[in-house]
Amino acid sequence: MGGISTIILNTLYMLLLTLVMAAPLGVAAAVYLVEYARQGPLVRVLRLGTETLAGIPSIIFGLFGMLFFVNMLHFGFGLLSGCLTLTLMILPTIVRTSEEALKSVPKSLREGSLALGATKLKTIVRVVLPAAAPGITTGLILGIGRAVGETAALLFTMGSDYKAAKGLFSSARVLSAHVYLLFAEGISFDRAFSTATVLIAVVLAFNLLAKLLVRRMGRNGAGA
Amino acid sequence: MSEREISNERNTAMDGVCPKIDVRNLDLWYGETQALKKVSLSVEPNTVTALIGPSGCGKSTFLRVLDRMNDLIDGVRTEGRVLYDGKDIFADIDVIELRKKVGMVFQKPNPFPMSIYDNVAYGPRVHGVKERRLLDEIVERSLANAALLDEVKDRLTKPALGLSGGQQQRLCIARVLAVEPDVLLMDEPTSALDPISTAKIESLLDELKRRYTIVIVTHNMQQAGRVSDTTGFFLQGELVEYAPTREIFFKPRDVRTENYISGRFG
Repeated sequence: MGGISTIILNTLYMLLLTLVMAAPLGVAAAVYLVEYARQGPLVRVLRLGTETLAGIPSIIFGLFGMLFFVNMLHFGFGLLSGCLTLTLMILPTIVRTSEEALKSVPKSLREGSLALGATKLKTIVRVVLPAAAPGITTGLILGIGRAVGETAALLFTMGSDYKAAKGLFSSARVLSAHVYLLFAEGISFDRAFSTATVLIAVVLAFNLLAKLLVRRMGRNGAGA
Repeated sequence: MSEREISNERNTAMDGVCPKIDVRNLDLWYGETQALKKVSLSVEPNTVTALIGPSGCGKSTFLRVLDRMNDLIDGVRTEGRVLYDGKDIFADIDVIELRKKVGMVFQKPNPFPMSIYDNVAYGPRVHGVKERRLLDEIVERSLANAALLDEVKDRLTKPALGLSGGQQQRLCIARVLAVEPDVLLMDEPTSALDPISTAKIESLLDELKRRYTIVIVTHNMQQAGRVSDTTGFFLQGELVEYAPTREIFFKPRDVRTENYISGRFG
């Protein structure tokens, strides 16, 4: 494998790993906040917290990730540390958008399901989440978009080895970091720009894929 | 609890017929506001009972007590007893079981954003029916009983939201029938529909009452007159009068009922 193929591969690894960690966690948190938590001071503090975290510069997340995952937990510079950091970084976005998507599911649908004798959990899993799926997916895309464009947080946590990652702990360079590093070297501007083009193509491909998924989910009239 | 049950059985034994639903001295509060005051009524099996009254009189609230949908609202407190088949719905019967037996059709059609088939199969599936053939059978029967099968049989896999309002409401009725309830609660089921769809649902009620006990809340007094055997008139949380529909309309005992029926308020 030559050129930036390894780096594209690393980027895909990173996106998948981050999504696998952030999506269930974020959606579960949103379900808890909207459907289960008693609306009171605790939830208000949690909401304020999520909103604040959503606005914090990524470099701060990078520093935290380095201290916590890389050093304290001894994960070292690698995919795992990087993706955990990214997960923390994009969770607020995912939680917020999923919350809005869940809230926009009409009460009449929940009542319809409960009135048929479905439990609350079944109602959430079979009616509410599918109805909220398009909105939740939008949130995931936003989160992933933020992750794929991330440089600062990753340089501190994931390292910059341009070889394809062999495991969770191997250092890996992703496209955005590659652009930055090429640019910083000052002698490979053209390569930095071509990498940037590839990066945009990757983001576009990801978005189209997600759109397609949303459309398939929405086939039965959910959302759009 | 056993003592209570015994006394229940004695009551029903003495009465001869066991009412499907028996409500005694029901009070209900939303926080500090009392929405129902000492309501008592009993509903005989295989009848249609209409609840009428001006907006905010508590008739919908009362209906929602019967399948415990008010549990979903914070700050609702009830006192008094509600018996379904002689069992206390707050104590002797699980809420899931109750809602299976006492189905509800809402004011606005609320089909799920799924296919027509999946909407009707939803209830049975939730209650553990997996076998495809059995589901097919239930869906077909329920749609037929809701007088919708002929209109949708060629597009069962199409989204339910593509149906017209009247069809959606009949789909919701089919969805309820699919879990095999024996009581149907209907909260102004035709108020969002055009006259033709309304007529269809009203004639459906006549069919359904052979197999089900129906309690219907309605704003429309002609409707109450057309479809019901018994009518209850609610006013400001009180059940003012509860009698055979004929009596309510032609010789009401309470002057407030008479005023309402003759259109002096409401």
